[in-house]
Amino acid sequence: MIPVCHLEELPAGESVRIDTAPPIAVFNADGTLYAIDDTCTHQDASLADGWLEGCLVECPLHAASFDLRTGAATCLPARRAVRTHPVTVADGMIYVHHTAADEGTAA
Amino acid sequence: MNTVTVIGASLAGLHTARALRSQGFDGRLVIVGDEHHRPYDRPPLSKGFLTGATDQSQLALADAEEIADLDAEWRLGSRAAGLDTGTRSVRIAGAAPLVTDGLVIATGATPRQLPGPARAGVHTLRTLDDAQALRADLARGPARVVVIGGGFIGAEVASSCAALGHEVTVVEAAPLPLVPQLGDAMARICAALHAEHGVTLLTGTGVAGLCAEGATDRVTAVDLADGSRLPADVVVVGIGVRPRTDWLEGSGLPLDDGVCCDAGCVTPVPAIVAVGDVARVDGCRAEHWTSATEQAAVAARNLLANATVATHRSLPYFWSDQYGVRIQFAGHRLPTDTPRLIEGSPDDRSFLAAYERDGRTTAVLALNRPRPFMRLRRELAREVAEKCPLSPSL
Repeated sequence: MIPVCHLEELPAGESVRIDTAPPIAVFNADGTLYAIDDTCTHQDASLADGWLEGCLVECPLHAASFDLRTGAATCLPARRAVRTHPVTVADGMIYVHHTAADEGTAA
Repeated sequence: MNTVTVIGASLAGLHTARALRSQGFDGRLVIVGDEHHRPYDRPPLSKGFLTGATDQSQLALADAEEIADLDAEWRLGSRAAGLDTGTRSVRIAGAAPLVTDGLVIATGATPRQLPGPARAGVHTLRTLDDAQALRADLARGPARVVVIGGGFIGAEVASSCAALGHEVTVVEAAPLPLVPQLGDAMARICAALHAEHGVTLLTGTGVAGLCAEGATDRVTAVDLADGSRLPADVVVVGIGVRPRTDWLEGSGLPLDDGVCCDAGCVTPVPAIVAVGDVARVDGCRAEHWTSATEQAAVAARNLLANATVATHRSLPYFWSDQYGVRIQFAGHRLPTDTPRLIEGSPDDRSFLAAYERDGRTTAVLALNRPRPFMRLRRELAREVAEKCPLSPSL
């Protein structure tokens, strides 16, 4: 369980990258929190820097898109899903429950 | 339309083939590529692939499942040698001609070469084979690398070679590289990256010729126009590309630094479209990854409609990774536009700048600022779309 930040530090529409290995991006999509692997499965770019629209995040480099709920790639050039990670809030603090690399994708 | 033939099996050709299928084309689809490889992504070739961070399997543009779904006839290792628009047949070097109803021209571009005989140790970088040859040459041991041309490819190769521990010199004929793309002030910031990473940048110096010796005629030095001589073990020539239209000479298609087509990628000959680096779309030839992918959907639609029912008017966008800095640019910049710093600091190599004309933003540049860059790029793209709707005739 990895502490991310206080809930009020991640308002709706914002995202934060945590330096796990591999790094994880945490999003506040209109009040719902999601965590996915931060690195685009197409090429090296941080999805925490991407464009958040509804439950989709668009990669800042080549406009690949991922569904935050499932990790699925929804738009080329990405074809492989990113992993998703459970997020919880306790005492106003956001935590990510890191899905181990060998557990595969949640998509 | 029973048969569509795509000449060119790289990004633009593959994306057009995909778009044809996704838009309902269920006829015979033939994809001709002169390289032996399945479609792969070229941008990493000068970056991660050269340093070894990216391997060949990561370059694939389509996986086996998608290749199967595309249900295409692949003619890889086949070179188109001519086109007869009357019989709508494509001459293929060493094989029978291909007769087709629709034709997608996606033959890309080929690097400009230095005049003079070929020398061992002298490389251009466009294809996977090029990159593998350069990588093998660099693996022979610490080398003095001379990169001719300080554009984006040259800078990325220089950066990768420096990261591999080689001694690198970049030779640029202009007083400053990247001025046509970025303007003087911003180009100066990017040019400074070379020296910061131990790479020598020589500007205002043309190349007079190459010296070679030995039975293999291997390059030993680069002679500069000012009379000086740069010892070199490996030379990489990055002096631009020319569109691959030679096979279309005499076909009747209008050629002018590319295949001339309208804003919908449609040539004057019905049922022939052009996409990617080879296409001069509405008077403008872009050599950008994103343009190639965007043109594909438009070209496929117009080919299937047999008329220009959609046009491509998006915001030019390109990026470059060099020396750990991600450079991103989008927009239509004129030389007279003035860059204005919006956030960050050029000294930190992390900033966002907007180019302005009469108080209006025309283009945006970022170094290591992907997030605000994306916001501004989207705003600019929206303005372009509002001014010139993608499909005015719908």
